[in-house]
Amino acid sequence: MTPTTEQGVIEAIQAAHDASEPLAIAGRNSKQGLLRPVQAARTLSTAGLTGITLYSPSELIISARAGTTLAEIEAEVAARGQHLVAEPPDFTALFGQVQPQTIGGIVASNLSGPRRIAWGAMRDHVMGVRAVNGTGESIRSGGRVLKNVTGLDLCKLLTGSHGTLAVLTEITLKVAPAPEQRATLVLRNLAPEQAVAALSAALGSPYAVSGATHLPAAQASFIPGLGPTPATLIRLEDFAPSIAYRSERLRTDLAPFGPVEILDDAQSRLAWTAIRDCAPFAGMQGAIWRVSVRPSRGPQVAATLEQAFGAAWFLDWGGGLVWIAGPATTEAHNAVAAAAQAHGGTHTLFRAPETLLAAVAVIPPEPAALATIAARVKAAFDPRGILNPGRMRAGE
Amino acid sequence: MLPQPAPKPDILARRDEIVAGLRALLPDDAVIGDALRLKPYETDGLSAYREVPLAVALPSTTEQVAAIMEFCHREGVRVVPRGAGTSLSGGALPMADSVVLGLMRMNRITEIDYADRLAVVQAGVTNIGITQAVAGQGFFYAPDPSSQLACMIGGNVNMNSGGAHCLRYGVTANNLLGLKLVTVEGEILEIGGAHLDSAGYDWLGLLTGSEGQLAIVTEVTVRILRAAEGARAMLAAFRSNEVAGACVDSIIGSGIIPVALEFMDRPAIHACEAFANAGYPLDAEAMLIIEVEGSTEEQDFLLDRLKAICAQHDPISLKVSTSAEESLAIWKGRKGAFGAVGRISPDYMCMDGTIPTSQLPHVLRRIGEMSADYNLQVANIFHAGDGNLHPLIMFDANDPSSFAKAEKFGADILTLCVEVGGCLTGEHGVGVEKRDLMNVQFTEIELDQQRRIKSAFDPGWLLNANKVFPLKGLAAE
Repeated sequence: MTPTTEQGVIEAIQAAHDASEPLAIAGRNSKQGLLRPVQAARTLSTAGLTGITLYSPSELIISARAGTTLAEIEAEVAARGQHLVAEPPDFTALFGQVQPQTIGGIVASNLSGPRRIAWGAMRDHVMGVRAVNGTGESIRSGGRVLKNVTGLDLCKLLTGSHGTLAVLTEITLKVAPAPEQRATLVLRNLAPEQAVAALSAALGSPYAVSGATHLPAAQASFIPGLGPTPATLIRLEDFAPSIAYRSERLRTDLAPFGPVEILDDAQSRLAWTAIRDCAPFAGMQGAIWRVSVRPSRGPQVAATLEQAFGAAWFLDWGGGLVWIAGPATTEAHNAVAAAAQAHGGTHTLFRAPETLLAAVAVIPPEPAALATIAARVKAAFDPRGILNPGRMRAGE
Repeated sequence: MLPQPAPKPDILARRDEIVAGLRALLPDDAVIGDALRLKPYETDGLSAYREVPLAVALPSTTEQVAAIMEFCHREGVRVVPRGAGTSLSGGALPMADSVVLGLMRMNRITEIDYADRLAVVQAGVTNIGITQAVAGQGFFYAPDPSSQLACMIGGNVNMNSGGAHCLRYGVTANNLLGLKLVTVEGEILEIGGAHLDSAGYDWLGLLTGSEGQLAIVTEVTVRILRAAEGARAMLAAFRSNEVAGACVDSIIGSGIIPVALEFMDRPAIHACEAFANAGYPLDAEAMLIIEVEGSTEEQDFLLDRLKAICAQHDPISLKVSTSAEESLAIWKGRKGAFGAVGRISPDYMCMDGTIPTSQLPHVLRRIGEMSADYNLQVANIFHAGDGNLHPLIMFDANDPSSFAKAEKFGADILTLCVEVGGCLTGEHGVGVEKRDLMNVQFTEIELDQQRRIKSAFDPGWLLNANKVFPLKGLAAE
């Protein structure tokens, strides 16, 4: 089913609710392989809900129906010198898909790019949503203003809920002026702990660093302009005079970590797009995980998994996001989950064959008291459990 | 005055037993049961509303909070969490049959980690206390509500507090990593942690701004940021609200996001100038305070661009600060705005709607008309970058009709905010004050959706039950 109006979504969900019939929720399927496969005879797609409904550059606000492609929205705001702050990634290549992703999909999965470390996640920039819950009721939360604490914040709850609570039909995002210029400082051949120390020094500087990544040699070779040596990247984005000034200050501050190369604006764009989209793993077979931990723990998680199953890895978010690739086995998955837990973080089995996705906990289980609340919250939106059942956890 | 829910008679009748039950759980000095010492807890920053609670409990640890919640849940006693009691929306107003759970003794900072840029603080640490603890290393905690000297982080989390600098640094929700919570049943839960973006539902996002409806926050992991090298302000005065509003549009459209962009209308300029002698232009209809950050050269670069933009809007005056002292003077009047209005009026009510910034001239014109109709003065202060409007309505609390009129005027302003595409509250929260206006912004279906989420956390509606939702919620429990 691909309704073209919210009313169509309402009717489809009401019918499924009345029949207690599960629905798989999709946009254009670019992230179909994410998390667990949904067992449902019918799919409700938001791909027919298209179009930008409001764009007010001076109010830093854009609204679009859920099935609008991200590319359309990005082009619209770029034409006015603005951008989406959370730098949403494009994982179509990673998932072997060809269809462009939709704004509904990127919000429903709360995926953010390298800028997340400095400027927040997708969920931080969702100012308003319209959605249809599991009984077919239309609900709104937030609005089209930047500051709003009226009532419970369902924008954040629905962002990243993977269509399991309600189907997003329209989204309002905060946008920001795109930077006039970018530059990237590159340090070479640092051991992972040293690299994260350098990233911490940069992120703890007054120079508004907006990207902080470390790639071992094998992964660095996939990033335009780097080549096969370990590379530690620090991004600046601002007005041109600030870029010039801050690059030099950081070069001085980071001197203890070695000499600094600088990637210019064009090189920076290419390099950070590749990092954003996880280009190093796009051509790789097997499974891919993301582990989010305290930044200083990133290297330990990586070392543990390298030892456990020869994991390929790289670090984003100052060390706090560990991208991992390895064999699609339960043993490897359990090692990832254990490492994340040991360091107080969280794991996501990001891409894997369906057999593995269905067999393991793709995200960590919740403690019992929270799981009880979660089940009641799910029922508060979707009492018959028809929306994307089992997408995030088995039996939910 | 809004009606309050009826107290449960059986709870009132068992007061002594409940106080004794609390005393069995806590040290002697951590339970207040006598009328005289309960009095200070009867109200908060919305002082027109008062209700003496049944008892006050002052735990020092999360485990004590859990014991109190387990007890209150078992006994069916309502609980009202309280930090410093600075809420402007009545968020900490007790009910006669409630135990006030005061978190001010939980005031320790348990961890500061500069490399990972975070601090773990108990709920009763003041907002400014976090910044003071990390300022020595050049760091700060970004959200800066006006009450930051007194207000506590637990309250900030529950209200999703903002401040004058959220255009650049975001509100509380954007600056948190983790929470330690106690559920209504007395279970201790940890959500988030020292990492970003936990997998699963965004409990951190849902809890932030939940106004004590869902759980008790006892500990918070916040992000700390390295402060910019410096900051400087400029002041631009204009002939009309329309022109000042157009200038705000031009600034945002130019690609500059100032760290602060504050708007004051004529009555606000006059009140603040009389109070602070900040050198504000008294012939202006509207004034902007614009602040930028960076090195001195970066500040110069941005201020030059801003000056050029302002100059295109026929300003009455432009004053760019040349020193930290001058910046301080420019801010002095704005930061003293509440005191300034308090000086010219016996009482005032601080409203807190948000509007699309393009609607500012229209909204100020309508507020001016209402001010004449109600015969009550109003001064407007506006976080212009993010659309958060603070009309200060002046009235005389000794005159009940004046208070009633001011409440009605306030409700009319907030209704107008919603009508033009905005919302009832940008940073103060719904609390008691705006509870019965929720129907203006939300449909009954939407409110029921929110009520069901509250029920998922708090099936018996024991937590802060007189707030946020129109009273139907309690009747329907």
